[in-house]
Amino acid sequence: MNARLLPYVLILPVTLFLCLFFLYPFVLVSKQAFSTGAGFTLDNFREVTGYWKFPITMRNTLLLAAAVVPIQLALALLMATMVNRMKKGRDLVLYVWTIPLGISDLAAGIIWLAIFEQSGFLNSMMNGLGIVDKPVNLLTFQNPGIVFLAIMLAEIWRATAIMLVILVAGIGLIPKEYYEAAEVFGASPWKRFLRITLPLLRPSLQTALVLRVILAFEIFAVVAALGGTLFPVLMGETYAYQFDLLNSGAAAALALIILAISIAFTLIILRVLRVPKGATI
Amino acid sequence: MTAVTTDAVATDTRRAGRWVYGSAVVLLCAWVIVPLYFLLINTLSAPETVNSFPKPFIPEFDLGSLTFFANFAGMLTALKNSILVAGLTMIMSIVIGAPAGYALSRFDFHGKELFRLLILLTRAFPLPLLALPLAVMFIQTGLDDTVFGLALVHTTLAIPFSVLITFALFSGIPLELEEAAWTLGCTRLTAFSKVVLPLILPGITASAIFAFVISWNEVFAAAVLTIENRTLTAFLLQNLDTSPLHLKFAGGFILVVPALIFIFAVRKYLFAMWGIASR
Repeated sequence: MNARLLPYVLILPVTLFLCLFFLYPFVLVSKQAFSTGAGFTLDNFREVTGYWKFPITMRNTLLLAAAVVPIQLALALLMATMVNRMKKGRDLVLYVWTIPLGISDLAAGIIWLAIFEQSGFLNSMMNGLGIVDKPVNLLTFQNPGIVFLAIMLAEIWRATAIMLVILVAGIGLIPKEYYEAAEVFGASPWKRFLRITLPLLRPSLQTALVLRVILAFEIFAVVAALGGTLFPVLMGETYAYQFDLLNSGAAAALALIILAISIAFTLIILRVLRVPKGATI
Repeated sequence: MTAVTTDAVATDTRRAGRWVYGSAVVLLCAWVIVPLYFLLINTLSAPETVNSFPKPFIPEFDLGSLTFFANFAGMLTALKNSILVAGLTMIMSIVIGAPAGYALSRFDFHGKELFRLLILLTRAFPLPLLALPLAVMFIQTGLDDTVFGLALVHTTLAIPFSVLITFALFSGIPLELEEAAWTLGCTRLTAFSKVVLPLILPGITASAIFAFVISWNEVFAAAVLTIENRTLTAFLLQNLDTSPLHLKFAGGFILVVPALIFIFAVRKYLFAMWGIASR
């Protein structure tokens, strides 16, 4: 076949597929959000944002992302640097640390439910230590703090691995000579981390943060398993509009709001962590 | 004398440092494994034990919960649907994605950057949300509530990864190998199938497994797009409010098992794939 045409033939299936199942649905969802049957309208958005639950939902989602992502970033950086200097057992430790990568958010929610539910392991442990004499129902509306903590822990447990993998791969690409040179000049391990690892890791940090932040706004099943309706988040409300209220216009509007937040944060992360022009490793 | 003491202090701090380091590694491993162990205890205990208090900290190896799970109406069908959707997603994302990965690694062509942008753009979107408008489109085309329809959506989730991963894999094989095959009389196709394919096959398998797990784990789109033919995640989600604890835990356990195997199977590729794919 003509060598000039071949690449286009090869990328054609993906392009068609993404046009049909990515760009076209995006157009559809926008159309749905901006119409209620007749012409252009903002009614769907007014309905969604005017609902009393909306500010709570929005606050919950943002608060959760703000609480979870920085801890995950710090933890992933710590784990990645620890793995990097490991000689024995590196493969085993990496395998264990990346296990949550393959675990679904629903399963993660169920796993932490086993710990936090009324007859769960946390209560059993507190009972064993004599802190409580009968099981306490932790995940109720009287304990919003504990519900939040449970969801937070489940998210940190589940989704730190994706950042870890990206950061370990990124650190692997940094030439060892830089560290050797820094050591010759007497830089402490902390200095080396600040002055070499962090700046050269910027592309990987970008990817890891973008992926992670978007996933944080998509949080759904973990919350459904642990908090149910106690802790409403954006994605869960979208689901409720679609199924419980059968209002697909409002669901579409809420979906667009989630999209807008995701894109805004993606742009901010890309801007803040941009790699200076012409700089390469 | 002073030299000896500072030496001793240095070894002391180094030993203390190593101790802190070692215990941190162990602690972080426990952080991952202990919750999984708790789930295992619940799965391998009788339903009565799962609902009792206080909980035992060793499993009693009773298959009551798992039997209950298997006999729960609709559960095995949901499990079958999950496997079917994930299998279809795996095949489609590789068949559609791999050629594009090859094109990105081997050719310079007009619009290459635009194409890469399209792929990267998908990452900035919460893709499961696109299931909402697709629900309408699927009803019009008769794809609603079918395994194939859901597999199409899951393929959209998996395709950016399969393109970028296969791109990374193909880039790792020198073009010279292919050129040598051409000079020895191979066409582009035979050179590909006889030289590149055998080298790339383990990596392709790894990225196929990755696609399988993306689909296997997906909850939102599955719950939106299926009603009768629910997948395991959708089925569990729908019954969260009503199902007894032992059913939830057994279901969660069945969801986790493929994940453990998956990470083990692709562990060699995980970092190589992400290293190049994240650039």
